[in-house]
Amino acid sequence: MLSIKNLSVHYGGIHALRGISLDVPAGKIVTLIGANGAGKSTTLNAIIGLVKAGSGSVNWNGKDLFGAKTKAIVESGIVLVPEGRRVFPNLTVDENLTLGAFARNDKAEIEADRQRIFGLFPRLRERHKQKAGTFSGGEQQMLAVGRALMSKPTVLMMDEPSLGLSPIFVGMIFDIIREINSTGVTVLLVEQNAKAALSVADTGYVMETGAISFSGSGQELLADDRVRRAYLGEG
Amino acid sequence: MNPGLINKKPSMSRNQILTFAAACAGLALLFVFDSTLDSFTLQIFKLCAINIILALSLNLINGFTGLFSLGHAGFMAVGAYTCAILTMSPEQKEVNYVLQPIVPWLAHIQLPFLPGLLIGGLFAGFIGWLLGVISLRLRDDYLAIATLGFSEIIRVLLTNAQTVTNGALGLKGLPRFTTMWWAWGSAIVITVFLVFLIKSSYGRAFKSIRDNEIAAESMGVDVFGMKVLSFTISSFLAGIAGGLLAHYLTTIDPKQFIFLKTFDILLIVVLGGVGSITGSVIAAIAVTISMEALRFLDGPLDLGFVATSGIPGLRMVFFSALLMVVVIYRQQGLMGKAEFSWDALARIGLLPRRGPKPGKGGL
Repeated sequence: MLSIKNLSVHYGGIHALRGISLDVPAGKIVTLIGANGAGKSTTLNAIIGLVKAGSGSVNWNGKDLFGAKTKAIVESGIVLVPEGRRVFPNLTVDENLTLGAFARNDKAEIEADRQRIFGLFPRLRERHKQKAGTFSGGEQQMLAVGRALMSKPTVLMMDEPSLGLSPIFVGMIFDIIREINSTGVTVLLVEQNAKAALSVADTGYVMETGAISFSGSGQELLADDRVRRAYLGEG
Repeated sequence: MNPGLINKKPSMSRNQILTFAAACAGLALLFVFDSTLDSFTLQIFKLCAINIILALSLNLINGFTGLFSLGHAGFMAVGAYTCAILTMSPEQKEVNYVLQPIVPWLAHIQLPFLPGLLIGGLFAGFIGWLLGVISLRLRDDYLAIATLGFSEIIRVLLTNAQTVTNGALGLKGLPRFTTMWWAWGSAIVITVFLVFLIKSSYGRAFKSIRDNEIAAESMGVDVFGMKVLSFTISSFLAGIAGGLLAHYLTTIDPKQFIFLKTFDILLIVVLGGVGSITGSVIAAIAVTISMEALRFLDGPLDLGFVATSGIPGLRMVFFSALLMVVVIYRQQGLMGKAEFSWDALARIGLLPRRGPKPGKGGL
């Protein structure tokens, strides 16, 4: 279980996270929804150590990860698919995947994982020698997810995986999230597409201006009036 | 089993044979050049090798790690001066340091060329590490300005440290250690080293930083550490090239290492392809030779409709124009980020797709 308590982040004078707390139980899908600038991405970046949090605690199965280096956090099994895909455009699919396994050194298993990911994304196998920059947005997102899986995560954090994708790819991405989760990987998902995210999630947290305003199971939130009005464009 | 003399042999072994043949041919060529070329042509040939090292080392930071650094002249200067001072004989030092004598602890040191060269490289690498730790928190233009400033600081220090570097007078009469074999031997060793470095996981980490720093960091790459490593290796190699250059020219002074020297190297890197070892090697040779071949442009010219009585520096105009054309029409340079490979040659039809006879592939 990944447990975040009172996490606080400042960007200069801006208080981006105002002491948020959330729990990500093992094997579940947890989603963070909210408007632009609510602090969703900051939360993920602070957990993985890309942004230094000012105070609070990040506890991972009893181990304190607050203030740890990104490399150490990735090695402990938490990995982030950053927002906006961010594949390595001048590197081939193979090289991108190999970099996903940067924190590992079990060669044989890395190769097995590569084949497993090719099974999950057959498009990547077909084009494994092609440069990632030549891919469409959806394909790059698949590569970004595949690359993250190469680090053999126990917790996969995804920042807006459906951003800017065609409806077909959005559907595929959420199918893949379910599939990854069914292999035992815990997923922490940040999404603008609240409806799709809440449909797959076990638990959802709603963020507003750097704080969590309320939470509940995915189904509860889908039925909640406040969520429907603010994020689902209904009622 | 006869390893692949008959049809359908795996392309791997064809490539190995080709590589071996090319290596032998290259070596033979060096022998021939060394014994037949006149001394002027041989000097230019040596300069090609030194420029290869310089271009490759700058390409390692700028092309492969994506750090816009302009401090190369400074690292060269450190390597050149260290190597020169360490290898000069005590008598030579007495002759050179006329304004003020050299500091006593350096006066009686005299090392052979190889240790001098390596210490020069290591010292440049150490300075590079130091500068890297300080300045690599900057990026893009800011890093370029910081490194440019650094290289000027080095030059000013060299000019003013009279008792160590002999100041603006420079050092003269250095032994001519940089033979064809030293120059090309170093260039070949360094090229091979870099090819393996780029293919290793370190090389992949460098390239991932170039492509996307945040993604690289979230994969667990130690971005800052890798940047410093790349910077240090590059400075080390620039220092080696500086040492070779010192004993090639046999005279050095601080003015040689003004920041314009960095731009000469940058020209080679950009023309060859930012992020291509092959491109840097080819462009280093081509630019070095054209610098000499175009020397007639500096002399009196008669184009029929206009005649000049010799404009010194006109050949540099040619390179400036060439650079502009490349930047406008072919930003990726000669090679882009591609590298030479036998398979690539086969793809564009310069080699049979499946070499039927290994003998045929020799040259």
